Amino acid sequence: MKICVLIKQVASEDSSLILNDDKISFNTSSINFVSNEPDTYALEEALQIKEKFDAEVTVCTLGPESSRQVLKDALAKGADNGIYISDEGIDTSSPLNIAKVLSSALKDSNFDLILSGLQSNDTGFSQIGLLVAEYLDTSHASLVMGTELINDCKNVKVKLELENGWFQWSELGLPASLTIQSGINSPRYATLKGIMSVKNKEVKEFNKDNISTDYNSSYTVVERFIPQKSKETETIDGSPDEIVEKMIDVMKNKLRLVQ
Amino acid sequence: MKFLVFIQSHESKINNNSLESLCAAQKLAASHNAEVHAVTFDKVVAENISQYEISSTIYINNQELRSYNPIYYLKCIEILNSNLNPDLIIFGHTYETRDWVPRLSARFEFPFISDCTNIDLTDKMAFIRPIYQAKLSEKIKLNGKGIISFQAGSFSKDDLKQGNSTINEQSLDMSNLELNINPGERFKESADGVDLSTSEVIVSIGRGISKEENIPLAKELAEKLNAQIGASRPVVDAGWLDHSFQIGSSGQVVSPKLYLAIGISGAIQHLVGMKGSKNIMAINKDPNAPIFEISDYAVVGDIFEILPKLIEEL
Repeated sequence: MKICVLIKQVASEDSSLILNDDKISFNTSSINFVSNEPDTYALEEALQIKEKFDAEVTVCTLGPESSRQVLKDALAKGADNGIYISDEGIDTSSPLNIAKVLSSALKDSNFDLILSGLQSNDTGFSQIGLLVAEYLDTSHASLVMGTELINDCKNVKVKLELENGWFQWSELGLPASLTIQSGINSPRYATLKGIMSVKNKEVKEFNKDNISTDYNSSYTVVERFIPQKSKETETIDGSPDEIVEKMIDVMKNKLRLVQ
Repeated sequence: MKFLVFIQSHESKINNNSLESLCAAQKLAASHNAEVHAVTFDKVVAENISQYEISSTIYINNQELRSYNPIYYLKCIEILNSNLNPDLIIFGHTYETRDWVPRLSARFEFPFISDCTNIDLTDKMAFIRPIYQAKLSEKIKLNGKGIISFQAGSFSKDDLKQGNSTINEQSLDMSNLELNINPGERFKESADGVDLSTSEVIVSIGRGISKEENIPLAKELAEKLNAQIGASRPVVDAGWLDHSFQIGSSGQVVSPKLYLAIGISGAIQHLVGMKGSKNIMAINKDPNAPIFEISDYAVVGDIFEILPKLIEEL
């Protein structure tokens, strides 16, 4: 069984997002880059499948030089090898372009399972795993809350999260691409032994010269901006005593919730 | 121009998000001089939808489409797309949409601008969507055909224009498809789920509560306020509260008189479930937390300093 996990490097939640003058790109010096949190659940799911069955786990990322770190982190946690695709000279402005580049890098490896996080915490399109499924002609499932390989690993049974607290089991033929919902498992930490092993693990390299970039950008990101507030906000600050006094005033006198 | 709106339904009940998207389509059509066509797989829904001001209601009458299977849904819209040739296909940003519409995008080579919250009507085919967990927004312009989905609550179904359209019923040949996806019955996990939809006051707990041992502090406050407890996804994922307490796109949608958010940063998936609250008061030590964008009262401070005092004073 061959499993590929797609991981993206994104800005950490506490990074300051400062736009450059083009109003699209960010000042990267104020950004702390980390592995996209939802993808870490996908990696953990792959590692757990590997522990139960005879599986090889490959981690793949597409991005600037700095994103090699997400591969190192995943290899330290127990992935077997990596695929690094340099984004230099590649238009990654739309999910369709990204998925085409990824599919081109993955297609000859014949993975049985492709796992990715439900969405990235930056642009949040939540599409990549499903676009890859279409380009590589695999089955798919999204918002996966549980996986179980059945019929001698010929099929995968997945638990899907639907809206309003509903769930559903679905049976998929392999190969399959699954987008994993956060909370499905508890992602592990790397061990010292794992960290030491990283340098001995193979990372395959791709760039614009040895990958198909047959894409057409059919939309334009015009600008990025801080959203306008939809309502008037009254700020309550000060010492804890002052804050509590003001909060109680609002609850008593404005909302009439307490006596 | 021609727009096609997909109307999602379950047991003949129309998904609200689909109606809101139909409203968005009407507004967009008015400024782009476009026809709006709606497609549904349900006869009762077709009759309801035909009462709105649109060019036609397409009812696809196929046994295969009675319950959700992405393989049949994809095939159906693939056939419809080649017959109707729409410039834009519009969806509500539901979980089902998230599951099958990206594949449609790859199949047609149409870009899919997902999770939009608004249309920029001052420009041609321009859409606004949140990025970086709603800390920022971006404006994207389509240069050709495309697919759009609108986040729940972005438009109001009350603004739908009434009218009268013809119902165009058809059956499609969907044999010879390889069924490598087989969804089973839907089920609910916890039978003792709490219903927060009618609560007057909700004290909602987020990641900022830090650890399970601090949950009783929030519960004590809820008791003082005669409130019910709710939570954001990270708290539920950590197992500190049952899944049934979750508020947001994968949990409950609430609109209490007061929504008191404790240590909730305000990820977009959470905001979708509570932004309809009459009053939102949020306590967070980060003055830039996205929750403050939609709050009536932004309490900037440490919950562990404020809550004990607040409980004492109430």
